[in-house]
Amino acid sequence: MPRMNDVGGQDGFGPVIEELDEPPFHADWEAHVMAMNRALIGQGVYNLDEFRDAVERTMSHESSYYENWFRAIQTLLKERGVV
Amino acid sequence: MSDDHDDSPIAARVRELEAMLEEKGLLDPRELDQVLEAFAHRASPANGFRVAARAWVDPAFRARLLENANEALPELGLSMGGGLQVQRLHVVENTEDVHNVIVCTLCSCYPLSLLGPSPTWYKSTAYRSKVVSHPREVLEQFGLTLPETTRIDVWDANAESRYMVLPRRPEGTEDLSEAELAAKVTRNGLIGTAAV
Repeated sequence: MPRMNDVGGQDGFGPVIEELDEPPFHADWEAHVMAMNRALIGQGVYNLDEFRDAVERTMSHESSYYENWFRAIQTLLKERGVV
Repeated sequence: MSDDHDDSPIAARVRELEAMLEEKGLLDPRELDQVLEAFAHRASPANGFRVAARAWVDPAFRARLLENANEALPELGLSMGGGLQVQRLHVVENTEDVHNVIVCTLCSCYPLSLLGPSPTWYKSTAYRSKVVSHPREVLEQFGLTLPETTRIDVWDANAESRYMVLPRRPEGTEDLSEAELAAKVTRNGLIGTAAV
């Protein structure tokens, strides 16, 4: 069964909405999530493929991009007994 | 960036986790700042603009770029190694007959070091689902109407391979310098959701 993230060719996600003059991050916490993830991968707590896998198995279409990242990071840290 | 005072619930949870990881010695706040600095300064669409402009003025570079982009990028002091791993880059060229557009249907793979952080729409399920099945319709939403005779090629990136579009050089720009040409290029032009 395809995972939640495998959306290519599916219908029903509505129109593409472009935000003009979009900033790289919409809030500081998003930048912190991005940086935290890079640091944890850099430290070898988990690797990039494990992170990608975690996003794909825990993501929700209702959550924003970095909310899904944060959920994946928390999941991996729990699974590895870090927190 | 370390002293943010965003009071949304998720911002608080992120701060809490960050503090816990710092306590465990898994995070160094200075390292976080360095990552953010590097991200903000090195990854910029201006890099991609330079690549396109060079390809327009230098046919030999263009040929090398299309043949093996990873080997051609260092000629401009650029590389695909700015992220966590070096990615293979394929540059796909727009012509009179073929228009290219890039996507990552599974997640958000994107040539970040050449285009900067990706826009939210690129990561949206709306774009990722639809551009592969109805590319012409999606391009029209971006205001790009292509002739029926133009073939549209959609390139789906993955963990190891990224794509960037080489737009067609705008007409009437024969007298412009390389820097002036670079100023004509747009991020969406390099994604393929706009012409230049």
